[in-house]
Amino acid sequence: MELVCPAGTPAALRAAVEAGAHAVYCGFADETNARNFPGLNFSRAELTDSIRYAHQHGAKVLVAINTFPRAGAQDLWHRAVADAERAGADAVILADVGLLAYATKNHPNLRRHLSVQAAAANADVINFYAAEFGIKRVVLPRVLTVAEIAAINKETEVETEVFVFGGLCVMAEGRCSLSSYATGKSPNMNGVCSPASHVVYDQEGPDLVARLGGFTIHRVGKTDPTPYPTLCKGCFTSKGETGHVFDDPASLNATDLLPQLAKAGVTALKIEGRQRSRAYVAQVVRSFRDAVDALAAGKPMPTGALAALSEGQAMTTGAYAKKWR
Amino acid sequence: MPEFFAIPKPFAQALRLLPNPPLSLMLTQLTRGILRRHPGIVSRLGDQAGKSFALAPTDLPLVLVLSLPGGVAKVKVQRDGKGADCMISGKLSALLGLVHGAVDGDALFFSRDLVIEGDTEAALALRNAVDDAELDLAEEITRLAPPLAPMLKRLVAAAERRTGVALHRAGGVL
Repeated sequence: MELVCPAGTPAALRAAVEAGAHAVYCGFADETNARNFPGLNFSRAELTDSIRYAHQHGAKVLVAINTFPRAGAQDLWHRAVADAERAGADAVILADVGLLAYATKNHPNLRRHLSVQAAAANADVINFYAAEFGIKRVVLPRVLTVAEIAAINKETEVETEVFVFGGLCVMAEGRCSLSSYATGKSPNMNGVCSPASHVVYDQEGPDLVARLGGFTIHRVGKTDPTPYPTLCKGCFTSKGETGHVFDDPASLNATDLLPQLAKAGVTALKIEGRQRSRAYVAQVVRSFRDAVDALAAGKPMPTGALAALSEGQAMTTGAYAKKWR
Repeated sequence: MPEFFAIPKPFAQALRLLPNPPLSLMLTQLTRGILRRHPGIVSRLGDQAGKSFALAPTDLPLVLVLSLPGGVAKVKVQRDGKGADCMISGKLSALLGLVHGAVDGDALFFSRDLVIEGDTEAALALRNAVDDAELDLAEEITRLAPPLAPMLKRLVAAAERRTGVALHRAGGVL
């Protein structure tokens, strides 16, 4: 199976390639991609150089242009697709139907993948995207069980890519409005979930208080981990009970499920984390490359030491084993 | 998460005796050299380059406040982070590990080995810009004083072995 790894900077891309990534995904430094964070992402020149580096080392580069174009500003997204092709990208990862139509018509030779942001969760919709826009691969939303993924693969020729490590979204991707509600900015439109400009941590006596857009979303004691700054991982009181009412702050780790995912017909394994450092990228990619190689050699899955790198220092197999509350 | 080495107290206390102005001048020169050789840091900072950043090693009695007035770096050694837009605090070894790409900033932040106060956006931009620069502080310091380079290299290597603190760019990342 192909290992698709994140890179928020050229240095992280090189770290991913060196650690054994088969493909690296990244985005431009603007609102065309869903990780539009300060200090992150690639200029046109950096992307061209990075693709050259990756190709020299036998790795592919996939460019995420996976936000939804603003009315009247589609040109920014159109330019991103054209520039990705010019830089030599192996594929673009798109979510918006209009942008897919534009890329299909104007850049027919540029391979198109369907982003997780499109939330395509059954074979009918995936086959529709394939018939209309020629998508070769779909990144499946993180709401499916392994059995459901196997069912999809039986009914489509489109390659499937699934997340195996990193942060989880509790919502159907591309449809979450929590960040937008609190800050006016969302991953779907602006490429930022819980933008750093709206995140504040305050020490109040012994408590550390996390605020997003002025809303208190978590308050923890002295020895607890720092709370995650998104509403979905916040801690609230509802009907007399206090807890993580949307989602626990835990990272996905599907290492143990790799044999089942292979059997389910999955083509590619995706690691989340373009906003993370090159140290994270190097460690996680190396660990998963070992696992993929072990699987190919018929050996047992290696037990990694990735807990320290996960959100809330806790890990879960997410929806793959269907244990939602 | 690794246990981070803390600077021994007597050494930290001795630093109090050093006057701040020459220390500020030396660190300003070092930072200007780094930014000259790694212009990507300033371009990655973008709008955030107008902010001031306090770096606070919690095991040392000083705080370094970095600003870029008119695009020229200035480092001021202070007792606290007063006047800075954001402050990043942690043991010196954790901060150095971050600069050298040996540890992950988010993991350090969520485990509370790193504390961010004030303007989160500015702190995040600085972290990402520095992470991409693949800095090697030992190398940068030896560039500042070339005649002392061989001695400094031996000193840095010995300190790294004894403390486990990343004083060089993390291996295997380039």
